[in-house]
Amino acid sequence: MTAVLLGITFVSSAVVGLVNMITVEPIAQAQQAAKEAALKEVLPEFDQTAKEDMLIDELTTTVYTASKEGEVSGYAVETLSKNGFGGEVRLMVGFTTDGKIYNINVLQQAETPGLGTKMTEEGNNLITSVKGFNPAEKKLVDGRLAVRKDGGDVDALTAATISSRAYVDAVNRAWAAYKNAAQGADLTAAMGATSADAVAANDTAKEPVAQEGEKNE
Amino acid sequence: MNKLKIVLNGIIRNNPTFVLVLGMCPTLGTTTSAANGMGMGLATMSVLIMSNFFISLIKNIVPDKVRIPAFIVVIASFVTVIQMLMQAFVPDLYATLGVFIPLIVVNCIILGRAEAFASKNSPFDSLLDGLGIGLGFTLSLTTIGSVREILGSGAIFGYSLGIADKMPLIFVLAPGAFMVLGYLMVLFNKFVKK
Repeated sequence: MTAVLLGITFVSSAVVGLVNMITVEPIAQAQQAAKEAALKEVLPEFDQTAKEDMLIDELTTTVYTASKEGEVSGYAVETLSKNGFGGEVRLMVGFTTDGKIYNINVLQQAETPGLGTKMTEEGNNLITSVKGFNPAEKKLVDGRLAVRKDGGDVDALTAATISSRAYVDAVNRAWAAYKNAAQGADLTAAMGATSADAVAANDTAKEPVAQEGEKNE
Repeated sequence: MNKLKIVLNGIIRNNPTFVLVLGMCPTLGTTTSAANGMGMGLATMSVLIMSNFFISLIKNIVPDKVRIPAFIVVIASFVTVIQMLMQAFVPDLYATLGVFIPLIVVNCIILGRAEAFASKNSPFDSLLDGLGIGLGFTLSLTTIGSVREILGSGAIFGYSLGIADKMPLIFVLAPGAFMVLGYLMVLFNKFVKK
């Protein structure tokens, strides 16, 4: 009995191990290719990128500094928010060198189909309200972008306020990371202060969420 | 036993969702749209066919006392292998179905069929049973997903029917899943199963 069970687990683990050995390389390549495709979509032309991880509001974001022939051509930030209706919302946000949002690509989301998932559609309210703008030119609430319901001027998705807030939260995080990366190390101290503000703003922003009607996701 | 009958049995008389009422967790959870339901069904079917076949092959060497752990090891290995292969060679499909794949391990249809069919029948018959039950599961999930998507978000397989604003949202949320499942179960048992 023990021998049979041992034999089965041995064979099974050997098979899993073997398949893992075969697939580990292609999986890494596929993930790399997907990341590069996402970068191409949110950045102006570039020929190489440098990667840097950054901790913003306790969550790790990754900044890709893109350059073309040695000149910095833009920044792409892989960012996330944990405030989505169905878990994490991950975005890739591209900035031009003058701080404008070049494009945004949704990498991962699990929002309600037909409502929150509209964030992945082309030309949705969220992306049209921020694409092509420098976030600093928008109406800010405590130094951050916000949806109209919270006093800002980002148009939310219809009946998906929580998903929209998560999206905007991720964009804010990307913006903070971009400022960090673009302005260099001498401003890190100043950034420390702003991210503390941002945490405070985050706390106040959470309150209305709890009072939302049940139809608002 | 008639080979075709084994397959048809899985789709109609032993339909896993509407008759056996197995695997309710993935059924309720993943059918928010037709495409999601179909994806979950197809992923489950591929694991079910393989696990049924292999469990039937090893049924004579596995002692009765340890058959459950043995079956679970086999099933979990298959799921892991399928997940890794999909991730490596069809990353686009994996991106859509990825979240459902690990869920298959805990799907009681797989273990249920291993117990009820594969451990008593020949490998080929078990393979056919896996195909039949898998098809039944896929069809049921696609139907539930389509109904929920049409009623809840006014779309089918992601194509908007232009009536989204008039539709009751509740059907894409959890309570709608129970309602659609209940009514479809009634209809299925009344008209299809007989």
